[in-house]
Amino acid sequence: MQRDRRSDAPAPPGLPPGPRAVIGQSLPRLEDGPLLRGQGLFAADVNFPRQVTMRVVRSPLAHGRLVSIDAAAALAMPGVVAVWTGADTAAIPPIPFRATRVRGLEPYCQPILARERVRYVGEPIAAVFAEDAYVAEDAADLVSAEIDPLPAHLDAAAPPGEFLPGLGTEATVVRKEYGDVEAAFRAAHAIVALDLSVGRHSGVPLETRGAVARYDAARDVLELHGTAKKQHWNRDEIARLIGRPTHGVHLFEGHVGGGFGVRGELYPEDVLVCLGALRLQRPVKWVEDRREHLVAANHSRQQRHRIRAAVDAEGRLLAIDNVFFHDQGAYVRTHGARVADMAAGLLPGPYRLPAYRVAGHFRLTNKTPAATYRAPGRFETSFVRERLMDAIAARLGLDPVELRRRNLIGRDEMPYARPVDALGVDVVLDSGDYHALLDRALARFDWAGTQARLADRRARGECVGAGLAFFVEKSGLGPADGVRVSVDATGSVELVTGAASVGQGVETVLAQICAEALGIDYRRIRVVRGRTDRIEFGNGAHASRVTVMSGSATYLAALAVRAMALETAAMELQTTAEALTIRDGRILRIARPDEPLMALGDIARQMGPNSPLMRGRTPGLTAERWFYSDHMTYPYGAHLAQLRIDRDTGEVRVERYLVAYDIGRAINPMLVEGQIAGGFAQGLGGALFEEFRYDDEGQPLSTTFADYLIPTMAEVPPVEVLIAEDAPSPLNPLGVKGAGEGGTNAVGAAIAAAVDDALGRPGAVTRLPIAPRTMRRLLAETAR
Amino acid sequence: MKPPAFLYHDPRSIDEAVALLARLDNARLLAGGQSLMPMLNMRYVLPDHIIDLNRIEALAGVRQIGETLRIGAMTRQRDIAEHPLVRSRLPLMVEALGHVGHRQTRNRGTIGGSLCHLDPAAELVAVAANLDATIEIVGPKGARLLPMAEFALGFMTPAIAPDEMVAAVNLPLPAARHGYAFLEMARRHGDFAIVAVAVVLTLDPAGRLATCAITLGGAAAVPRRMAEAETMLRGAAPDALLFGRAAATARAVDALEDAQVPGWYRRQVAETLIERALATAHRRAVAANGMAS
Repeated sequence: MQRDRRSDAPAPPGLPPGPRAVIGQSLPRLEDGPLLRGQGLFAADVNFPRQVTMRVVRSPLAHGRLVSIDAAAALAMPGVVAVWTGADTAAIPPIPFRATRVRGLEPYCQPILARERVRYVGEPIAAVFAEDAYVAEDAADLVSAEIDPLPAHLDAAAPPGEFLPGLGTEATVVRKEYGDVEAAFRAAHAIVALDLSVGRHSGVPLETRGAVARYDAARDVLELHGTAKKQHWNRDEIARLIGRPTHGVHLFEGHVGGGFGVRGELYPEDVLVCLGALRLQRPVKWVEDRREHLVAANHSRQQRHRIRAAVDAEGRLLAIDNVFFHDQGAYVRTHGARVADMAAGLLPGPYRLPAYRVAGHFRLTNKTPAATYRAPGRFETSFVRERLMDAIAARLGLDPVELRRRNLIGRDEMPYARPVDALGVDVVLDSGDYHALLDRALARFDWAGTQARLADRRARGECVGAGLAFFVEKSGLGPADGVRVSVDATGSVELVTGAASVGQGVETVLAQICAEALGIDYRRIRVVRGRTDRIEFGNGAHASRVTVMSGSATYLAALAVRAMALETAAMELQTTAEALTIRDGRILRIARPDEPLMALGDIARQMGPNSPLMRGRTPGLTAERWFYSDHMTYPYGAHLAQLRIDRDTGEVRVERYLVAYDIGRAINPMLVEGQIAGGFAQGLGGALFEEFRYDDEGQPLSTTFADYLIPTMAEVPPVEVLIAEDAPSPLNPLGVKGAGEGGTNAVGAAIAAAVDDALGRPGAVTRLPIAPRTMRRLLAETAR
Repeated sequence: MKPPAFLYHDPRSIDEAVALLARLDNARLLAGGQSLMPMLNMRYVLPDHIIDLNRIEALAGVRQIGETLRIGAMTRQRDIAEHPLVRSRLPLMVEALGHVGHRQTRNRGTIGGSLCHLDPAAELVAVAANLDATIEIVGPKGARLLPMAEFALGFMTPAIAPDEMVAAVNLPLPAARHGYAFLEMARRHGDFAIVAVAVVLTLDPAGRLATCAITLGGAAAVPRRMAEAETMLRGAAPDALLFGRAAATARAVDALEDAQVPGWYRRQVAETLIERALATAHRRAVAANGMAS
């Protein structure tokens, strides 16, 4: 396979494996000071003089023809500045795609305010601008809409309906295929077929969305604050949508109270506040409330899979044929068909699969639009694939672990190219020792001992079980990221990145990488992120990409600064750069390490534009480097769960949970563990608690935290974490793979397997989340 | 999530609050605010006046009067749970309060607020019903006492006139050596109960059940005393079979149905929890009496 590393400097030697002086150490987070002291800057903390508050009026119906909107009463209220309806924003193009554009999706894009039709409860139909949030909400209550109801289309697996005359609710079908599927099924020893569903849920960050726009006439710049995740792309698109030069729009990121895929996508409200700031010539602030968030921010996950596998007598996969229905909700937003595409491309996971065919029916329904949520397409398909593996094991009378061993791709087969694509790139599993990780995970969990203890408890009447799931994640989506590292005259370092932070520790991780390469205390590094006015390009924070892409760019830039510093110092000291090194921000001779010679700040001063040394050269102890990658890296792991079911109430208590995850290299193991623990809690939510439910008319039933059940400390058991570094990625100089989504990926799969085991009934779980009443029913059926 | 405009009143005495209630139309009393504030913010309630009871000191406090515990309406749930008298004489209350929201909400939430809100799944409502509490109500005509069974009129509907307020709740103390249990099934800790069960029982010297009170919360519109089961148990020799039979009376409960929880599930859980609560309460009574179990 190709090693794609087209940076503008020759590739440096990769960092040797294992913990280093700074990299690999669980150092305290740089971010924590202001957050712990209550000095953070979240969207709602941003205020400007003369600002007005925007309140969005939302559709009360799931589907209907929008006949008219009467805003007269609202406009007459003292303190109301303006009320807009779809007619006022008709010239603004709809929310565009940034990912997985598939031909024919355009008609399904969302307008920033509805016109002619409303398609989900919560769809913006008007925007009220007022002197404060109280007046804005009072006025919004006075805006009345006349809507002719239409039947709500709510089941993506039902035959498609009409989106517009001549346009169906099936926006596209994602198809992928390789190998001779038909022949494999004809030759199969056994065929196993399942019908599996994952419920609608999503990332629900504690900080709701927020956006504050301000037009600075003095500099002719439109500023948008409270942004997250994708500042540069959002800047480009906002500029295009409202007709301004890109350089005249700047996006700023403060602190972000959780992203999870949901925050930071370009939503109608972001465009509305920008437009408001320009038209009203006053800053416009919008902060979403929780009830809005649960119906307006992206939902995710809802899919139904009808999957079949052909296997030989030993349980080896010969082919998988899968048809699935993706419930996209009312519009196609920024992600295009990405989640369905990833589900289709990544479903085979860690297993050898000679033939594969998938058809993903990407269908619109009258619910909140859906997009990515932590481990998008993978939480769903790990559930489906691992359910399938368990079903095969049950059918052939094989141990589920042994069945997986027979199908896992071997270390000697790496890199493993699967003739299928996902996210627009070929799926090439870059490195891995799946068997070794499975063995380590089983040993750590004491799988054999656990089985014996559980059998004992079952014999005493308890309903207990254990289950496992194996999975492959993906991370480090390219194609590019850049970082600029500069040393100032005080010897402090500024690292400017196009990456963003949704709270995951980006500053700390990039500072650690920079500190390692440069030879300086990581606390002397200031990381600037999420700002379009400080760096021209960036790809933000998503898809577990920051440590891989921005981390590698940081490494390259810091090494370049190091080389510059050593070269300048060598000139000064009349020696060679090879004879020198940098420690704690000071230059020293390798031969006489106890005698610091000069500080990095001294060198930075000498490299200023007025220094004779720099005549004819670009001044500054600074370097910008770009890291490019055409392929993703693929971390992998196993989830092992042990749980107890209360036979009488159907409640599930997870007793033990282990996540074993190989990410090539952990830059900061404490942060990796945090990622996995948080990810696990969200996965457990999807497996047992969280669901966006609707009634038959398409009215949402989960609009408060009393109905949308996020698990709390009391429901989430401590998670054991095994971080492995057996298989560094060959695709980047650090060998890293992303750590953000592996804690979530296989929770549904492992919990389902453990529930089956407790019930003594393979294949019992066919749908997530597993509510106590469902469990009670399963228990009753099993008892019969 | 911003409340509509209302006028705010800040009385310092019960008389002042009652006078305000008599004078103002469409007024709501603000106690701990753990239900009212979210309801205001979500605009589920639209009062013209809010009368804040938080500065009326005479409304707070726990006092023993004979064999009754008088708890002022504005006594915080956390203060009740930590009160020495409650801890020594009414452990049922302490156990129930462990299920009420979270520590942060208990710091503000009051017993009077919870009783007047009268959520069918509220733990304190079930406890009051189980202990045959008497509610002390004040209004323009003075004070009156109302048994809990008459106070809980219907779904979230207490029997108080618009110009009245609850001043205190009187809880008859169970015998010193009683057994008790408060069990609850909720999707998450701190959520309103899908089903909650309160049991208090006492034993005669022979170990038979002398008294027994069983209350089901969350299952019906108001807390439901399980009279048939109570009758079945009184005077009987306790054993698992009997507890099972008593619990089976839950099958006849006309249980609430909602989008998340079907009635059949509530009935099944009720049966389970009653059986378990009886067993726990009995075990505790045996221990309290120093009997061999």
